[in-house]
Amino acid sequence: MNIVVCVKQVPDSWAEKKLNPSDSTLDRDSVDAVMNELDEYAVEEALVLQEAHGGEVTILTMGPEKAGETIRKALSMGADKGVHVVDAGLHGSDAVATSAVLAKALGTLEWDLVIFGIESTDARMSVVPAMVAERLGSPQLSFATKVDVADSTVTIQRQTEYGFDTVEAKTPAVVSVVEKINEPRYPSFKGIMAAKKKPVTTLTLADLGLGADEVGLAGSWSAVDEFAARPPRQAGSVVKDEGDGGVKIAEYLAGQKFI
Amino acid sequence: MTSSVQRSLPTDEAHELLGLTRELATTELAPRAAADERAGRFPRAVFTTLGRAGLLGLPYPEEHGGGGQPFEVYLQVVEELAGAWLSVGLGVSVHTLACFPLAAYGTDAQRDQWLPGMLGGELLGAYCLSEPHSGSDAAALATRAVLDGDDYVVSGTKAWITHGGVADFYDLMVRTSDDRTRGITCLLAEAGTPGLSAAPPERKMGLTASVTAQVLLDGARVPAARRIGAEGQGFAIALAALDGGRLGIAACAVGLAQAALDAAVGYARERRQFGRPVAEHQGLTFLLADMATQVAAARALYLDAARLRDAGRPFGTAAAMAKLFATDAAMRVTTDAVQVLGGYGYVEDYQVERYLREAKLLQIVEGTNQIQRLVIGRALT
Repeated sequence: MNIVVCVKQVPDSWAEKKLNPSDSTLDRDSVDAVMNELDEYAVEEALVLQEAHGGEVTILTMGPEKAGETIRKALSMGADKGVHVVDAGLHGSDAVATSAVLAKALGTLEWDLVIFGIESTDARMSVVPAMVAERLGSPQLSFATKVDVADSTVTIQRQTEYGFDTVEAKTPAVVSVVEKINEPRYPSFKGIMAAKKKPVTTLTLADLGLGADEVGLAGSWSAVDEFAARPPRQAGSVVKDEGDGGVKIAEYLAGQKFI
Repeated sequence: MTSSVQRSLPTDEAHELLGLTRELATTELAPRAAADERAGRFPRAVFTTLGRAGLLGLPYPEEHGGGGQPFEVYLQVVEELAGAWLSVGLGVSVHTLACFPLAAYGTDAQRDQWLPGMLGGELLGAYCLSEPHSGSDAAALATRAVLDGDDYVVSGTKAWITHGGVADFYDLMVRTSDDRTRGITCLLAEAGTPGLSAAPPERKMGLTASVTAQVLLDGARVPAARRIGAEGQGFAIALAALDGGRLGIAACAVGLAQAALDAAVGYARERRQFGRPVAEHQGLTFLLADMATQVAAARALYLDAARLRDAGRPFGTAAAMAKLFATDAAMRVTTDAVQVLGGYGYVEDYQVERYLREAKLLQIVEGTNQIQRLVIGRALT
């Protein structure tokens, strides 16, 4: 069974991020970049499925040249090869444009399953897996806490408020996984060394037959009109208990519409 | 954490390895060190994680499942681990030492059979030389092994054994004849051997998460096929292993001292007295400068010894100097770190009081610092 895992390089979740004033996109040079943490669960799940069913695990990403680091990280965890869509024209792509690129790239690969993390920690929209599945005409099994594959049927459990749903589809299919599903492994020293020799193919927009107007800022359906820095945190208010502390706290909470 | 250290490493591969080590130290070791030390909880799962990452056989050949790394690189990994959690750094050093007799003196068949398991990360080793009445005078050991058919029957008590009772294999230095030094033989025993057991762990003043216990041998039958080297070669094997082990302790000492220095510098920048950070008061600035210099000198000394070893040159004296200097430096630096933090340094909420208690052990283990001086002195005279 061949699996493609889509991963994204994101700014370190804990870092203070900035936007470029010129085009309202993220200033990637000002922060450390890491593999989207939620994608690590997708990589781990693919490796676990591979251990059980064989086949190849391919890592797919789109992003600037530096995003190749994220492919290497996944390869050092144990994936077999990488595909990197890199093109200056991709700059500023929103979720819709991203899904167009990933769907085209997936069209060049042979796979039974595509696995995504549930969302990226920078954009936090959780829509790309569904958009890609729609473009591919594949069934989508989203928000999985458990994935099983038997013959050509993939079955997932999806956590709900009342328990879980069991969702089933024929492969090829698109799955997104949540962080409860597993505990991602660390790369091993040997894995890091082996990753250097694993093949990574780069693709451009021209290779995928996409025009400049279909992707990037021009091809995005959403646009940032304006942005402002988050205001500094306000100093908290201190309630001094002079026998009426409870009442004052209640008044404060009522004023904030908490009670 | 020792991420502030500018390291001199021989290869890109070594940089990657140190990067992985720092990630593991930050995410798997540092967050639980204080709590596990307080509870006296041995972190077996942490060693499994390090083993799967490939960190439990670094200075051994790749053909047997090792990392194929020079000592110069392996020791810097130990230093990083010890900086995050000394009990783990020391454990890795002891395990690596315990793999040495088989790796260096075993037959090809013995190595093929056992070394991959010992280096592969799932197993943990212990090295049993000392006895209750035989410490610095190691050749006075009295644990007896008598050949009976295809087995050695071993009886006696081994003392101060790191991983005693939790290890998967034990290097046993045992007496097979009355010749003081040429009557000692090395056996590689498996945990679970009938007659091999461990006493309750010692209650130490530091490194409480690292198990130290007596290993009791009561007619334990160890197959003669598990003898490493010739009968009577054990003392030479033990001393050769200790040369490398001493460098491991030196690296541990540097990691610990660096952690204490980092804590002291961090505190001295934040803490304000007389209207400015205490780090800017010259009395403390000079103290911090001396601490940093001690740490840097200790690191340079162990790396120099390691590079001699990697070049195949004699390094025993250099290793003794590195162990002596680095562990004495760690004692001074951790003591001064407590001084920098003042009252806060003496309470458990900050880690430096623990560092001070831990440093003391390093002046004692793998040859007391008096024995190191003896080794250095003998080479001079």
